[in-house]
Amino acid sequence: MSAPTRVGPPVGEPEYIEPGPLQRGKAKVVGALREFGNMFAMGLDVFFGLFRRPFQVREFIQQFWFIASVSIMPAALVSIPFGAVLTLQLGSLTEQIGAESFNGAASVLAVIQQASPVVTTLIVAGAGGSAICADLGARTIREEIDAMRVLGVSPIHRLVVPRVLAAMGVAALLNGMVSVVGVAGGYFFNVIVQGGTPGAFLASFSALAQQSDLWVSEIKALIFGFLAGLVASYRGLNPKGGPKGVGDVVNQSVVITFLLLFFVNFVISVFYLQLVPAKGA
Amino acid sequence: MGVEVAVEGLSKSFGRQAIWRDVTLTLPAGEVSVLLGPSGTGKSVFLKCLIGLLRPERGSVVIDGVDLCACAERDMYEIRKLFGVLFQDGALFGSMSIFDNVAFPLREHTRKSETEIRQIVMSKMDMVGMLGAEHKLPGEISGGMRKRAGLARALVLDPQIILCDEPDSGLDPVRTAYLSQLLIDLNAQIDATILIVTHNINVARTVPDNLGMLFRKELVMFGPREVLLTSDEPVVAQFLNGRRIGPIGMSEEKDSATMAAELAHQAAGHGDGSGHEDVRGIVPQLEPTPGLPARQAVRRRRARVLQILDTLPESARHGIMAELSLEDYERYQDWRRRTTGMAMPQPMPQPMARRPLPPQPGPAQQRPPQPGPVHPNQTTPLPPARRPRPWRRDDQGGRG
Repeated sequence: MSAPTRVGPPVGEPEYIEPGPLQRGKAKVVGALREFGNMFAMGLDVFFGLFRRPFQVREFIQQFWFIASVSIMPAALVSIPFGAVLTLQLGSLTEQIGAESFNGAASVLAVIQQASPVVTTLIVAGAGGSAICADLGARTIREEIDAMRVLGVSPIHRLVVPRVLAAMGVAALLNGMVSVVGVAGGYFFNVIVQGGTPGAFLASFSALAQQSDLWVSEIKALIFGFLAGLVASYRGLNPKGGPKGVGDVVNQSVVITFLLLFFVNFVISVFYLQLVPAKGA
Repeated sequence: MGVEVAVEGLSKSFGRQAIWRDVTLTLPAGEVSVLLGPSGTGKSVFLKCLIGLLRPERGSVVIDGVDLCACAERDMYEIRKLFGVLFQDGALFGSMSIFDNVAFPLREHTRKSETEIRQIVMSKMDMVGMLGAEHKLPGEISGGMRKRAGLARALVLDPQIILCDEPDSGLDPVRTAYLSQLLIDLNAQIDATILIVTHNINVARTVPDNLGMLFRKELVMFGPREVLLTSDEPVVAQFLNGRRIGPIGMSEEKDSATMAAELAHQAAGHGDGSGHEDVRGIVPQLEPTPGLPARQAVRRRRARVLQILDTLPESARHGIMAELSLEDYERYQDWRRRTTGMAMPQPMPQPMARRPLPPQPGPAQQRPPQPGPVHPNQTTPLPPARRPRPWRRDDQGGRG
């Protein structure tokens, strides 16, 4: 009897061909697209998870409290100088063209529509998101997430959804606070430092600004909060390698959130300016 | 009863690097199986593919009629409720106390009251000898305790499939023996399918019903324990005896130059520290603690193994026949006569008492004579109404 011949692929490594620069570049682009697609897929999972029962109340409250506690103070402290700088800049500009009376309107528009949601999300992503990412990353490399999956519990539903929701909630609420503090800071610098008229500053609020500005600001904050929570969770659940990998993904999560944030802000602003006519136009 | 896990043509690679190819095996329902393999042959990866944590490139893992490699996420979570998995370092949730960790699956998947949960958790903690540590955090206890707590957590939902990733690593030999006994007792009590991935030889020899080995990106063999324990395959012999001489090297494969150098050293009298005895050979399997019900798996396995007996290598066949009781032997003959019209497998030993033992010197020889066909005295008190034993008649015929 002859020895049985082996059927199937040959044993041993396939021959390795050193990839050229073109292949490497292609692989990089494909890898980046794949990451983006995976994140988008997880975003959909999270979105539908928001409506799935049972809702993890305890986890949500803990995370909400945590994110709020680390972001309130920095957000307030950042928003005062931010509002002040905007007002000072606009103040000197409006003075030159003789439109001091619109100073308040311009600063309120800039603060509420642009500065406030962006500042809020920078803080939520930088303070809360990085902590979420590090927490999930550490759990992943310690196989806790795998263990959770194996116990039949979806980490998306159990861990990610409450965190994303908490980030959205905190961003929306913080946005209100940052707007108020920013405008107050602008008022202080315009009236006290530049010697503007208090009445004109307040009266011009409603000259250019309208209620939809407030709405778009809140919608932006919600969307940015979602992105911050999603990016932090996605990077946290996919660390490469050991503890160093966790450090890397925390870093990446903040950078990716910032990039996405300004891009999405641009898109929403363009649509808003096109769709909603400015007051008096 | 446990659930059968059927793995068919499974291949997994990370990027360019193949982990293993074309692994086909079946974990029979309710039986204990052990998968051996040198470090780094992808044993843990295999476990993760079985639970669907990693997706293999090819092949299927069918559990309860569902292919884990091709099913939706939702079905996957349902199937996973059948599993209890013990991870290498326990994989406890670091932010929860041991009690909350063990109670986690109950709180997530059942609507039991806190008192019921407490009762179940405490009974499982008692089972693994962890009473008194339930309020500690995982960071505050030793690795062995984390492992046992992980086992308790894997057991609270009364799983039908239990997967253990190196239950012995980080445990002393005594605790490993207790853990082996615990797994066998569990199998007797809840009849779960158990797969243990390990490189502990003692566990491999005494615990499983079925034994397999991964090496060189392939499944070397998988089957009844007798087959691997009596195998002449060089890899298996080297691994079971823990020798340096053989195909397994420090890195996964050994080149011929190293092998020749080692052989030369050995010829020059440089021992490789493994002793000279060969530990291959069949040793008695661990039995459930007295007082517990007998393992159903033993009976099912015997029936299954006898049906495929003809296909097994000779030394394994000897081992299996030697372990049969007289009654089982009779039944086996009956079955053979009915199905094949021929009473004996072809190379049947003549008088069973003088049957040659497996060639290796080993504990198999030191065993006390088994009640059964091994013992010649046992043949006489047979009631005459029974069918005469054909091998005996043949024997007489041959002499006369």
